[in-house]
Amino acid sequence: MEIKRQMKHQKEATPEWAHQITKLPGCEKLFSCIQCGTCSGTCPLSIYMDYTPRRIMNLVREGFREDALASQTIWLCASCYSCTVRCPQQIQITDIMYTLKREAIKSRLFPKRFPIPALAREFYGMVSKNGRSSEMWLVMRMAMKSNPMILLTMIGTGWNLFKTGRMTLRREKIRRVSELPHENAKAMEVR
Amino acid sequence: MSETNGTARIGVYVCHCGTNIAGTVDVKAVAEYAAGLPGVLVSREYKYMCSDPGQELIRSDVHDHNLNRIVVASCSPLLHEHTFRTAAEKAGLNPYLASMVNIREQDSWVHLDKELATRKAIDLVRAAVRRIRFNKPLEKGHVAIDPNVLVVGGGIAGIHAALTMANAGKHVYLVEREPTIGGHMAKFDKTFPTLDCAACILTPKMTSVKAHKNITLMTLSEVTGINGYVGNYDVTVTRHPRYIHEDLCAGCMQCIEACVYKQPRFDDEFNMGLGKRKPVYIPFPQAVPQVVLIDPETCIQFKKGTCKKTCVEACGDRHAIDFEQKDEVEKIKVGTVVLSTGFQAVAPEKVPYYRYGVYPNVYTSLEVERLINASGPTGGDVVLRDGTKPKSVGIIHCVGSRDEYTNRWCSRVCCMYSLKLAHLIKEHTDAEVFNFYIDMRTPGKGFEEFYQRLLKEGVHFIRGRVAEVTDWADDPTEEGKLVLRVEDTMSAFVRRIPVDMVVLSMGLEPHADAGEVRRLFNIGCGTEGFFTERHPKLAPVSTFTDGVFLAGCCQGPKDIPDTVAQAGAAAAEVLALIDAGSIEIEPNTAYVVEEACSGCRTCIGLCPYSAITFLDDKKKASVNPVLCKGCGTCVAGCPSGSLRQNLFEDEQIFEEIEGVLDYA
Amino acid sequence: MSEEYLYFPGCSLKATGRAYEESLLTLFRLLDIKLDELEDWNCCGATSYMSIDEEKAFALSARNLALAQKTGKKELLAPCAACYLVLKKTQDYVERYPSMREYVEASLKAANLPMGDKIRTRHPLEVLYNDIGLDRIRSKVVRKWTGGPVACYYGCQAVRPYYEVDKPVDPTRMEELLEAAGIPTVKYSLKTKCCGGSLTGTIHKVGVRLNAILLKEAARNGAKVVATLCPLCQFNLDAYQGEIRKQTQQNLDMPILYFTQLLGWALGGDARALGFRRSISGQAPMKQWLSASKEVAAHV
Repeated sequence: MEIKRQMKHQKEATPEWAHQITKLPGCEKLFSCIQCGTCSGTCPLSIYMDYTPRRIMNLVREGFREDALASQTIWLCASCYSCTVRCPQQIQITDIMYTLKREAIKSRLFPKRFPIPALAREFYGMVSKNGRSSEMWLVMRMAMKSNPMILLTMIGTGWNLFKTGRMTLRREKIRRVSELPHENAKAMEVR
Repeated sequence: MSETNGTARIGVYVCHCGTNIAGTVDVKAVAEYAAGLPGVLVSREYKYMCSDPGQELIRSDVHDHNLNRIVVASCSPLLHEHTFRTAAEKAGLNPYLASMVNIREQDSWVHLDKELATRKAIDLVRAAVRRIRFNKPLEKGHVAIDPNVLVVGGGIAGIHAALTMANAGKHVYLVEREPTIGGHMAKFDKTFPTLDCAACILTPKMTSVKAHKNITLMTLSEVTGINGYVGNYDVTVTRHPRYIHEDLCAGCMQCIEACVYKQPRFDDEFNMGLGKRKPVYIPFPQAVPQVVLIDPETCIQFKKGTCKKTCVEACGDRHAIDFEQKDEVEKIKVGTVVLSTGFQAVAPEKVPYYRYGVYPNVYTSLEVERLINASGPTGGDVVLRDGTKPKSVGIIHCVGSRDEYTNRWCSRVCCMYSLKLAHLIKEHTDAEVFNFYIDMRTPGKGFEEFYQRLLKEGVHFIRGRVAEVTDWADDPTEEGKLVLRVEDTMSAFVRRIPVDMVVLSMGLEPHADAGEVRRLFNIGCGTEGFFTERHPKLAPVSTFTDGVFLAGCCQGPKDIPDTVAQAGAAAAEVLALIDAGSIEIEPNTAYVVEEACSGCRTCIGLCPYSAITFLDDKKKASVNPVLCKGCGTCVAGCPSGSLRQNLFEDEQIFEEIEGVLDYA
Repeated sequence: MSEEYLYFPGCSLKATGRAYEESLLTLFRLLDIKLDELEDWNCCGATSYMSIDEEKAFALSARNLALAQKTGKKELLAPCAACYLVLKKTQDYVERYPSMREYVEASLKAANLPMGDKIRTRHPLEVLYNDIGLDRIRSKVVRKWTGGPVACYYGCQAVRPYYEVDKPVDPTRMEELLEAAGIPTVKYSLKTKCCGGSLTGTIHKVGVRLNAILLKEAARNGAKVVATLCPLCQFNLDAYQGEIRKQTQQNLDMPILYFTQLLGWALGGDARALGFRRSISGQAPMKQWLSASKEVAAHV
């Protein structure tokens, strides 16, 4: 039984970070949070999260950056928008979760070998290059990057999809790849 | 008029205001400069002009130098205009021949550069000196105050205000829209925090109103028109028909007994639709006046014309029933108005996620009040729609409040009444009670102690706003119940709590027609719709329309003690006005130069205070100086320039502008 | 209202969501409405792209809007609920946030494309409800439904946070459309509860449990079919019923069909053209009513 000291010192907090977050699109109303808990109450995944959505809001507000970005919460968020439409302060909680996902990726604070960020990154890589996702290849790459055992559990499903003509091993790609944002990011005058 | 009003003999006084002005503005230089201006005979600088010696300076100078104009360069007129006008008056001058220049709030307090601040003060003083040459003596107006009072709305606020003023010997007209007075308070069972029976404390006041020789009670009536100004209002009251002669009805209720409908069949509004009534009914047993009424929407005689009219038969010799009654219009004259029109509860349809009307056992707080009340539809039994007692009850705070989707504000009373309902429900049913709140707001006298009492009674308090009310059962113990999914933020669990009955603590909001009412009485309302008081801190019962006062929840949500206090305050201000006998009105009003008026009527629509009327006989506009607030809009809008304003004549304004621009 | 719409399939409708495309095209053909697939469309980005880079995600989605607008047509139909949401959100963000507009505009400019801010993003559910209307559907019914009561499952992306498809609390348009086609529906309290999306693939246990709850409750309310409007919801409810049977110890074999398949069937479409063979679960109960009403019956 491990006994851990859990005092949170103010030196661990970066309040400026909270202000930076609220300046980003979709995050403007974060400081209006009255901590009512409606978001956690309506979230179908809150019962699986280490911090409920309400707690994440306060972690951000108080500037506990690492705690927020290293949480499982932001990855378990299914973007169902239940919280966003129910929040009495009309805070766009789902969009704040997306912002935190991006920050976690940028600062490499996401849990290693966790399937969800792995899926996101593989998806990003595939679509940036090809303009479309090939579902089978995506799932395979995601599994390889996180937990290859997933593939074993998926064999049954894979066979069912193949049987019903819903699986394709074709590599989807659009014709005018040069029009994709990843390709022309360098060509852009802005940024 | 391009000549000044006689030869101006001006005294200029530049105040140091300690270091407030002198620390930034070189007051000596300003005074020296002013001394050289045409018309200025005396120019001084002094440490505190508003002090007695300061004012004495003015008085002695007026005497010694025969001054007839005073310019004081100091602070904001909001602070001391009255002081210096009075000083001028004491010195024998008309007070409107004294003016102020603000070189503090608008100069020394907002600028850092001393040289520039001094130059600005000089420019402002020069402008004021040029302007004051065109000031003319003005007299304040007086308006007599009719001692009669109109109170609109017969809830506890209106009742208390009416009784207070009637006891002071004033005649009060109390107009109430419903067939009985009593308002929302008549529907409550017990009141927080003392658990006093609402009816027991209210009904004596209600009967006093009826019995009072100084109160004319008009129920089932509405104010449909009002004209005039403070002290002189002509009010039109429309009295809707009860189909009963009020003075003939004895309140015996035999007619109800005898009605052809053997059983009550129609939704009883007083009991929030939980009970039934007949077409002829009385809202509740202690209604005042103690007179029945007939609902033409449901009475067979009105709908088909073929009723046996057993009610008329039962009424017998009294002949109180009259199916031919129509709207009656009454005109009354009053001097002041107290608006106490109250609130409406937020409709549960505005919060569809709580499933009111979809799941039968979701109730609003007012509905539960009626269930708890012994004279309610269930005789005081708190039961579900199927008549059984609930074993578990969830009370949800803040419904329709603190919410961008419904109302942003906190409705102030819901935490307390939710605690009260928790206690009463527990008392009536012995159920397990859960209160779900965001914050526990218990600021009043005895309120926190009441919360402590509830805590000790074992009511569950869960700090979390209920996200869902669902009938989906996750396990067998939840079958057949309403499950509340909520984050218990204090224990840090997301919980599913099955209950038999859900009570929604609905918030308070303005009546749906509050906008029409406020326009009728020419007052303002905030963005939320509650009537606007003259000053949120220092003038909570008066409005920007002189003679119209506010009391109770129409001004903002509040509990009964605060309502009664506010009603008393409104009554006091009315009595003060009446006792003064008349009020003074400032003379900075607009006036029409008739010869120049073309009768175009542009000004009439522009006036926000409805102070301008069109004289049909002369075909000219006319400004009522009592209603006019001197805003200047009509003066600016008049195409022929025939509208002028005292104290802001064109010559005065142009002189001031030129004076400011003459800094070369 | 037009008799011609641009059609944005999205990645799913070409793979796991094939039945959605098949039934959508069949249904609209039966209604005499032309659907033109957007040429060289790209992935909308769904939820994953947004998790990595917001600006590029909007620029990615905006390319589709730009291509659609370039065709000159006014309406773009996106049947996949996630694609629908992303396209709508792109237009919303570009309008509300000048910095986003700037980026997307520049990205599109570098690709020689215009801003796609005038094209209207539509979902087939509300197109059928608003543009075509219940009466027209009712008049075109030729086949009596014998598949039993249907639970209508909306999921999340189509009804939140934009309310053009239907209202967020207790939406009813799918029920109204099906009832107009003679298909009875049941009360379903969980109709907008999230199916977990991609969680069935990443955190399998959690995802499966969410779907077990949905299926159990649908069956409990007497449903014999669950109708959906999102390919991921369809897949989640369809593909794991074996596991769910073991978990819930209930004999569940529920056909999970797109509402377009059901409407298409009532309007006389062919079983193969409507993609009924694509379903993994519920083939046994489906066989019964698919064969029973093979003949196009008299007008109901």
